[in-house]
Amino acid sequence: METMETMETMETPLAQVRGLGSAREGAHHWWTERLTSVSTLLLFIWFAVSLLRLPGLDYRTVNEWLQGPLAAVPMLLLIVSTFWHLKLGMQVVIEDYVHEEGSKFLSILLLNFATVAGAAFALFAVLKIALGGGPHA
Amino acid sequence: MNRNPSRPLSPHLSIWRWGPHMLVSILHRVTGVGLATLGAVALIWWLMAAASGPDSYATFLHWATGWFGILVGIGLSWAFFQHMLSGLRHFVMDIGAGYELSRNKFWANMTLVGSVLLTALLWAWILWGMRG
Ligand code: HEM
Repeated sequence: METMETMETMETPLAQVRGLGSAREGAHHWWTERLTSVSTLLLFIWFAVSLLRLPGLDYRTVNEWLQGPLAAVPMLLLIVSTFWHLKLGMQVVIEDYVHEEGSKFLSILLLNFATVAGAAFALFAVLKIALGGGPHA
Repeated sequence: MNRNPSRPLSPHLSIWRWGPHMLVSILHRVTGVGLATLGAVALIWWLMAAASGPDSYATFLHWATGWFGILVGIGLSWAFFQHMLSGLRHFVMDIGAGYELSRNKFWANMTLVGSVLLTALLWAWILWGMRG
C-alpha cells in the first residue's frame, strides 16, 4: 500500500493542515449565503412590486402602507435577509483582501457591529410605523 | 500562512484572456459592496425618515429627488440589477451547468445587457411619473 508516503513527512498532522482554513465553517457559510440570496431576491421582488403599485412615495402613503401587517412583516423579513446576506458577503470580501490576523479580526468585528446596528435601526423604523398608530400631522 | 514556497503553483495562472465573464465576476463584487454600503445607508435613511415624521421625510425626499439623489438612485438600481442577474447566473453555475465556453460568455453578456435594460425601463417609468 501507499500509506508509507504519509510517513515521510516530519510535520505533525496539525502542522500539515495549518493555514488551509477551517473544515467546519466554510460549507455552512456558503450555504447560508445561497439561502439568503434566494430569500433576498424573493423579498425584493415583493418590495419592488409593492412600491410600483403605491400611488406615490409621499410621507402619508408610505406610513399607511407600512402599517398593514402584509407590508410590515415582509419588510422586517427583507431587512433581516438583506443584512444577513450582506454581512456574509462582506466577510468574504474582507477575508480576500485583509490578511494580517489583527486587522482581519478588527475588520470582521466592525462589520458585525455595523450590520447589526444598521439592521436594528431599519427594524426599529418599521416597527415604530407599524405599531405607532398612524402618521403624524 | 505556512505555505511551502518550493511547492509548485497551479501551472495555468498566467494563461488567460480578457472576457465578459471576468468583468461580470468583478462587477458582482463591486456591486455587492456598493449595495452593502451605500444601498444599506439609503434604505435605513428612507425608513428612519418615514418613521420620524413629515419634516424628516421632507428632508429625505428633497435629497432623493434632487439631481444628486437621482444619480445615486440610478447607480444603485443598476448595481442591484447587475448583482441580481449575476447572482442568478451564480445559481446556475453552482449546480454545475453553463460552463461551456460560448454559453458561459453569452449569459455573462446577457447580465450586462439585462441590467442596463432593466435600469433604463425603471427610470423611464419613474421620471415619467415625476413629470406629471
Ligand atoms: C437580488 C438578489 C440577490 C442575489 C440573487 C444575490 C446573490 C449573491 C450570491 C450568489 C453571492 C455569492 C457570490 C460568490 O460566492 O462569489 C452574493 C454575494 C454578495 N452579495 Fe448578493 N445577492 C442579492 C442581493 C444583494 C443585496 C441587496 C446586497 C447588499 C445590500 C448584496 C450584497 C452582496 C455582497 C457584499 C456579496 C459578496 C460579494 C463577493 O464576495 O464578491 N446582495 N450575492
